[in-house]
Amino acid sequence: MSEAKDILLDVRGLKKYFNTKRGLLHAVDDVTFTIERGKTLGVVGESGCGKSTTGRAILHLLEPTAGEVYFEGRDICKMSKEEIRNMRTDMQIIFQDPFSSLDPRRTISEIIGEPLKINGIIKDKDARLERVLELMETVGLAERLVNTYPHELDGGRRQRVGVARALAVNPKFIVCDEPVSALDVSIQAQILNLMKELQEKMGLTYMFITHDLSVVNHFSDDIAVMYLGKLIEKAPAEELFEHPTHPYTQALLSAIPIPDIHHKRERILLKGEITSPINPKPVCRFANRCIHATDRCRQAEPQLKEISPGHFVSCFLVDDQ
Amino acid sequence: MRENKSKYSIDIEDLYVEYRTDYGVVKALNGMDLKIEHGKTLGLVGETGAGKTTTGLSILKLIPDPPGVIVGGSIKLDGEDLMEKTEKEMGQIRGKEISMIFQDPMTALNPVMTVEEQIAESIELHEQVSKSEAIEKARAMLELVGIPGERGKEYPHQFSGGMKQRVVIAIALACNPSLLIADEPTTALDVTIQAQVLEMMKELKEKYNTSMLMITHDLGIVAEICDTVSIIYAGQVVEHGNLEDIFENTRHPYTEGLFNSLPNLKDRKAKLKPIKGLMPDPANLPEGCAFCPRCDYAMEICKTQKPEKIYRNDGHYVRCHLYNEENIQEGRLETR
Amino acid sequence: MQNTTAPAVSRAEAVKKYKKTSQFGETMKRMARNKAAVLGLIILVALILMSLCADFLYDYDTYVVKQNIADRLQWPSAQHPLGTDEFGRDLLARIVHGSRTSLLLSFAAVALSLAVGGFLGAIAGYYGKWLDNLLMRIMDVILAIPMTLFAMVIVAALGASTLNLVIALSVSQIPTFARVVRGAVLTVKDSEYIEAARAIGQRDLSIISAHVLPNCMAPIIVQTTLRIAATITSTASLSFLGLGVTAPTPEWGALLSTGRTFIRDSSYLTFFPGLFIMITILSLNLLGDGLRDALDPRLR
Repeated sequence: MSEAKDILLDVRGLKKYFNTKRGLLHAVDDVTFTIERGKTLGVVGESGCGKSTTGRAILHLLEPTAGEVYFEGRDICKMSKEEIRNMRTDMQIIFQDPFSSLDPRRTISEIIGEPLKINGIIKDKDARLERVLELMETVGLAERLVNTYPHELDGGRRQRVGVARALAVNPKFIVCDEPVSALDVSIQAQILNLMKELQEKMGLTYMFITHDLSVVNHFSDDIAVMYLGKLIEKAPAEELFEHPTHPYTQALLSAIPIPDIHHKRERILLKGEITSPINPKPVCRFANRCIHATDRCRQAEPQLKEISPGHFVSCFLVDDQ
Repeated sequence: MRENKSKYSIDIEDLYVEYRTDYGVVKALNGMDLKIEHGKTLGLVGETGAGKTTTGLSILKLIPDPPGVIVGGSIKLDGEDLMEKTEKEMGQIRGKEISMIFQDPMTALNPVMTVEEQIAESIELHEQVSKSEAIEKARAMLELVGIPGERGKEYPHQFSGGMKQRVVIAIALACNPSLLIADEPTTALDVTIQAQVLEMMKELKEKYNTSMLMITHDLGIVAEICDTVSIIYAGQVVEHGNLEDIFENTRHPYTEGLFNSLPNLKDRKAKLKPIKGLMPDPANLPEGCAFCPRCDYAMEICKTQKPEKIYRNDGHYVRCHLYNEENIQEGRLETR
Repeated sequence: MQNTTAPAVSRAEAVKKYKKTSQFGETMKRMARNKAAVLGLIILVALILMSLCADFLYDYDTYVVKQNIADRLQWPSAQHPLGTDEFGRDLLARIVHGSRTSLLLSFAAVALSLAVGGFLGAIAGYYGKWLDNLLMRIMDVILAIPMTLFAMVIVAALGASTLNLVIALSVSQIPTFARVVRGAVLTVKDSEYIEAARAIGQRDLSIISAHVLPNCMAPIIVQTTLRIAATITSTASLSFLGLGVTAPTPEWGALLSTGRTFIRDSSYLTFFPGLFIMITILSLNLLGDGLRDALDPRLR
């Protein structure tokens, strides 16, 4: 770890395998990255690439199969159950679906106040309600909604409730799992602006998981691209969009539909589709869809390499240059 | 090539649709207008609850009744009034003249039938062919959407999401319809697969000269595949024009709001400017302009009177009180 | 936060005007729209009132126990609205007092099996893996034995008494509840709000009781009402076999089975107890259906 950078989260060799009937599913396979305090790491990839699993394994909502997760220098994977429980106030999560992430039988104030109650942060009922109101104001929810139920609210407001619940314990780090994918564009922009404001105000660190590349570009400082459980490229957002190096990243970026009628570009159309990472062979997992694939890609597995400061790529093509 | 009786493949005028429930009347469409010329693609853009899907279902006369009621207006398919058709006649039109592609390919296919049988089913229903001929044609359709014909014997679960959507498209195109309604056809797909499917739809549409109604919320897809665009808000088109009109000469504050809500790929630090507030409750629409409560430019008149169409040119119109015949040409919205 | 403590209380007070729509009140309001459920509720309340007031209506010793051979097997009349039994006792009096035993027995038995079976099902469903396997295989074994036979074995082993009868009836139903609750828990436990509860550091047992079970209420309630109905009939069979309630104590099932001896000439002796059992079961089912719909806060 360098002295200059204030690393909040340091993930090393994180693995999460699932036992399935057809074999061992390598959902997350040897993923290594760091996130600086107060910054946002965007994690992008297609469905089934392991991005959500990575987020959940870091929070220990799923037990990692192997690897180390250092949060402020302490390895979470070596902690006892009780220590992890205490850790929860530092690390939170915001979910994708604001319709299923709120208990339908709880009122808004109960949902937001629950973390305070459970962790014994505010024991007095009125004081807790006070803090709930403060949180509601922070995320832009009107006071009168305090005793409504989730089903009485629209998607955007529900997602604000989800954000308020995550903020209740004053966390340092929040995993945002597709927080705006289920929302309409105008509402999506409201929530993104809110999350950005909160980050500036509270010095939050985000891991922002999404499949929407234009959102991740807007929101993140660094971007990590995942494919079939592997981290294949990681770079500062601008660098990644200007110099995408992995063939998959290049295809992914060229596939974004751009709302500009004069924007003409060469589109890289990938052949085939993502396969499932069950018992993968130790070769490049993208090789069978890659236009540049050579024999070498089908025989060995490329390793993550730093090609310029902060820009990591896992592809044999960079070796040749 | 078929002969066209009218200039428009589909022509909807002043359509009103309501859902009458125990808890109130939901006004889904309020004077909906929609015209697509033969062989062209119209993008119907709007948010959840704006009435996009209801429009698609109205054309097929598949509005669930009860509670849905078509209150007024006309729907003409190549000049023929669909409102006067009987249920039996509609059965002949659905799948043959008009087909629909649904959002979720996972649930649109029958899991216990082979893929080729499902395509052949539609062909047998509408064309006087034997079963074996239908199967043969089904395989040809599969090849057309980029799936090897011999895979037709497989069942849907053996296909991936993108492949399933290709099958759904093959079913929709099997009888060479004059109008294809695509309801968010790529929303459930990953971005690289979306690119493949869109590319294929574009090719097929040109090949068969099919008109298409593309229901979407993604302006990026519109820019890529559509010829004209209708922006729909609270069951009414608030702005309509060709790509250049809508993307370069945006007039309606709502359209502008949609663009401002999108993250800009070129300027990643630009702050998003979302539209304030929420969609109005369709059971309780404002008296005047439906967008008025969320509009930054709202005036007194907006609260009480519904705006009429103001034309900027032959194709481009907008429903907004900000404009009149004089200022519509130069009247760009001031940047906030 | 410190500086806001002064106006704090006043603000917390201020929002209290936004009344929480009480879950109970809302449920009742939704249920009031369901006429069949309201009917079920009214009948059930009437039956419960009847059993509570039994002593005021008919004195136990004079009407229910004391035999009066002179009046035996009389068809319904003004004096005996539902007729008399083979010992000349008033049938209505015996049915009214019998409701106490019948309702209490079945409610108690179902409550007990719901508590035990619900708990086992909840932890089996929530934790899964080997615990799930172990518990559910045990339940399968119990389920393999016919309910009446199982109850017979227990009563025979422990002796015939009301308490033993309750135990006997409940043990054989534990697997049913365990299965239903486990199934419901499985559908709820993968919801994101459960994950959210874990993410804020809530303990498992508290998640189960605060988030999982309240969202499993619908199938549990329906099952409960159905099982109460089934228990009333089971009690009857056990009483018939002499393993249930002992002789002079009236109980609907027992009334029904003794009446069978006289079904040819005095059919009313089976008809009326049967009618009461049927009405009770019907009202429970109507109420159960209504409650299931009314308890879902998403339906308006």
